[in-house]
Amino acid sequence: MWKTARIGGLAALATILALAPLGFPNAYFYDVAVKALFNAVVCVGLNLLIGYAGQISLGHAGFFALGAYGSAILTSTYKVAPLPAMLISAAAVGLLAYLVGRPILKLKGHYLAMATLGIGIIIHIVLKTEARITGGPDGMSVDPFSLMGFTMMGDRMWYWAAAGLLVLTVWLSLNLIDSPVGRALRAVHGSEVGAEVVGVDTSSYKVMVFVVSAVFASLVGSLFAHKDGFITPDIGSFFRSVEFVVMVVLGGMASTFGSVIGAVILTLLPQVLTFVEDYEAMVLGGIMMGMMIFLPKGLLPAVVSQFRKRGAAR
Amino acid sequence: MSLLKVEGLSKEFGGIHAIEDLSFTINPGTIHSIIGPNGAGKTTLFNLITAVYTPSCGKILFDDKDIAGKKPYELAAMGMSRTFQNLQIFFNMPAIENVMVGHHLHLNRRFLPSFLRLPSVIRKDRECRDYCASLMEFVGLAKYVTADAAQMPYGALKRLEIARALAAKPRLLLLDEPAAGLNATESREIDEVIKKVAQTGVTVVLVEHDMKMVMGISDAILAIDYGRKLAEGTPAEVRANPDVVAAYLGAHA
Repeated sequence: MWKTARIGGLAALATILALAPLGFPNAYFYDVAVKALFNAVVCVGLNLLIGYAGQISLGHAGFFALGAYGSAILTSTYKVAPLPAMLISAAAVGLLAYLVGRPILKLKGHYLAMATLGIGIIIHIVLKTEARITGGPDGMSVDPFSLMGFTMMGDRMWYWAAAGLLVLTVWLSLNLIDSPVGRALRAVHGSEVGAEVVGVDTSSYKVMVFVVSAVFASLVGSLFAHKDGFITPDIGSFFRSVEFVVMVVLGGMASTFGSVIGAVILTLLPQVLTFVEDYEAMVLGGIMMGMMIFLPKGLLPAVVSQFRKRGAAR
Repeated sequence: MSLLKVEGLSKEFGGIHAIEDLSFTINPGTIHSIIGPNGAGKTTLFNLITAVYTPSCGKILFDDKDIAGKKPYELAAMGMSRTFQNLQIFFNMPAIENVMVGHHLHLNRRFLPSFLRLPSVIRKDRECRDYCASLMEFVGLAKYVTADAAQMPYGALKRLEIARALAAKPRLLLLDEPAAGLNATESREIDEVIKKVAQTGVTVVLVEHDMKMVMGISDAILAIDYGRKLAEGTPAEVRANPDVVAAYLGAHA
């Protein structure tokens, strides 16, 4: 059953992504869709950490921003080609996540939240104050993404690239979850000591999944920088970190497709809510509060369990 | 040769001696019980042996190797696994996957092969699933093979922990109160499981309150009180020991 759900889910995702542009009347829709897909990739990675391994991070926008600025600085100042720049940035972010992850992932719950929050804020401040390198609060412009003479131009092209990346990410995530490593991660969530005594090196798995999720965020950050052409330190703000976590929780923790849905909804909602104008933030907050009260497990798990109940009743 | 050797072991919690100068050995191929009144230090002793706690002083030798400084997962790799008095089940997972986590050491544990779903990983995983289903059958949980851990009754979860510990293929299995909270029938069933495990050549050490069980299945018994050794020997010897009787009945012998 698990196998069909896996392949069926991937096929459904690919189909939806392939057909969605039929309903896009203009370039603006592509632009929003690309943002949603980028967020979805970050959230699928973050969900491995939060939903499956049961650890929290309130600093992932920091890793996203480091990827973006890494690519921006390497390509404009040092004239490195975009692809190697993106990979170098991701490797550096991975190393940073490893170095900070080792000490802080010994912490649990609120303490871990505080520590990751600190990392995010430090990154944000550094990006804002190191004006000579980053342009400071004014931001900096980034060249378009090009590979072997081919340049990514226009929202349409970015849409297909982002869609492909999301399918790949979801595939990787589903693979990992249904593997010895994925089981170990879920076991860490269930009972750390229980996992430890049967041979799971819990601390190194926690650090590894932290690194993996940070690298995902960094890679997307790089792409985002090239696509938007202009970045400011606010892409790494605390608010953005919280937004990523909310997307994961809203869609449903420990559900890869849930993370995709959460990211898409939370990216689209502000666009849909423009008609309420000044009250947009209030309505958004209200929807989120209602969600947490009535669907605490998140959207997708709630829907799935409803279907199961009906199936069982029949 | 002894499988487990404890020498002059002590553990203090803020001035209170939970375990004090305890020495004993456990030989391979036996069922060895540790008994004692509430608060005698049995669970502390277990947590010391499995490296959940660090001893204040003394030595623990597993297979003649000092386990000082080893992490619990390293001990598991050396061939020691355990269950818990207060269950440590992965309630967020299906029952069989709980057992499969126990088999973790015998699978490919690296990130990349899992990420890419390499055929070798899938094949070994499928074998692991079958093996773990057979382990669940072995401990009498055949009907829960497709269940979620969260749906299972308490008595079944106790056995699920035993199956998970066995999946690690240990040479030494430590059971912390396997019969606690079980009714008489369930308790006899656990009895049978423990005997079956011992017959496969796994050395079993258990902490238990159920005297009927302890006297029935143990090859050797260690009685402790206030963290010290009271008596050691066969069930008959320990039962006849006046110190043990006094500790349990409160009589001044």
